[in-house]
Amino acid sequence: MQVSMSVNGRQVSGDVEPRTLLVHFLREDLRLTGTHVGCETSYCGACTVEIDGKAVLSCTMLAVQAEGADVTTVEGLAQDGQLHPVQEGFWERHGLQCGFCTPGMIMSAVTLLQENDNPSEEEIRRGIEGNLCRCTGYHNIVRAVEYAGAKMRGEEPPPAEWEES
Amino acid sequence: MYPRQFEYVAPSGLDEALALLDDNPGAKVLAGGMSLLPLMKMRLLSPELVVDIGRIGGLGDITDNGDTISIGALVRHAEVASSSLIQAQGAALAAAASWTGDRQVRNRGTCCGSMAHADVAADQPVAALALGATMVAASSSGVREIAAADFFVDVMTSALAPNEILTEVRIPKAGAGAGSAYDKLGRRGGHSDYAVAGAAASVTRSNGSVSAASVAVTGVGVRPVLAGAVAEALVGSDGSDAAVEAAAAHAVAGVEVLEDLYGSVEYKIHLAKVFTARAVKAALAAAG
Repeated sequence: MQVSMSVNGRQVSGDVEPRTLLVHFLREDLRLTGTHVGCETSYCGACTVEIDGKAVLSCTMLAVQAEGADVTTVEGLAQDGQLHPVQEGFWERHGLQCGFCTPGMIMSAVTLLQENDNPSEEEIRRGIEGNLCRCTGYHNIVRAVEYAGAKMRGEEPPPAEWEES
Repeated sequence: MYPRQFEYVAPSGLDEALALLDDNPGAKVLAGGMSLLPLMKMRLLSPELVVDIGRIGGLGDITDNGDTISIGALVRHAEVASSSLIQAQGAALAAAASWTGDRQVRNRGTCCGSMAHADVAADQPVAALALGATMVAASSSGVREIAAADFFVDVMTSALAPNEILTEVRIPKAGAGAGSAYDKLGRRGGHSDYAVAGAAASVTRSNGSVSAASVAVTGVGVRPVLAGAVAEALVGSDGSDAAVEAAAAHAVAGVEVLEDLYGSVEYKIHLAKVFTARAVKAALAAAG
């Protein structure tokens, strides 16, 4: 079947089987391998992408269901060589260890901050409940999202916990 | 993990979708896909035809009908959870939707889909039961209304016929002095994930006593089920904590409680009573 959609601002199309999952269309047809395939059972969130402004699981969606949709993957966040504030936050606050969950975590955090530009720690933890980190590095992920939220609000991010205050 | 091959159709009208179901008895209806696609990926289900209703107009609305609220087939969990109308008039369902799956799942999955899937440990079906919801099923021969109490039949089995689509869940608005609530223990602790056990309650107070009550439990048996004995014990009582706890002792009366990976029979019975009491107390508090 023919499918076409916008991915990271670029109009793309392809010929897919109906059973082709969106994540495989992104990774194998478009070669956008930033989006990861983790558990494949809708639990881990590694495949999270943004579709029409919402965080969704690209492993639990058929590519044909995304016909006409506006898709953003982790590759679409940086602009003109400038990291997105959430990417910068993960860098600055050591929000990743092995990095496997990171693309999904980042997409989840980006959409969370679009919906709530000043989330509490509890709201951040709830907002990323659909993303599992196998390194269990949630603490610094929360700090990274706090950093990004502050940056996006035009505020000075809170100092890193390892910096002298 | 791919599903087996299937044919896919995304009709733009409900009549076309219903005709496809008539012509293809093994077809499955796809809305949000949060239950159907994992089943297909794990190859527990391999339909030859998938009818995607996601392109059909007019199914994505929450509508205020005066005395009732209609939730269309494409209304997502996140929309039910954040609807101020449902929060005010059917709080048990809004809470259940807010604790369904995780954020990504709530952005895609639908309230009607959760009902049709009829998982034994789901959140929203038990809220629909307690609220006295009506399920509206369409087929090529017309529209049929099914009381929530008659809708959940067995493990992952609803009263829907294979050629029917659940187009709407309709909940009555809370009247004067009425309130509802839902509470559960999630499999991942707190409210996260499916219910190990949970309960929804809808109550009405008048003249200092409980004048009407409806309570239902999830996660304990083969289907979400009304706890009639709890409601019976509540009605006419003063709604005090002692009265609620005495009533909640009947939470699983007449239910064959089954153990699963998440809890023994004894533990589930315990949880059902605890969450029945919590849901009833919260509903009474909301009723004023």
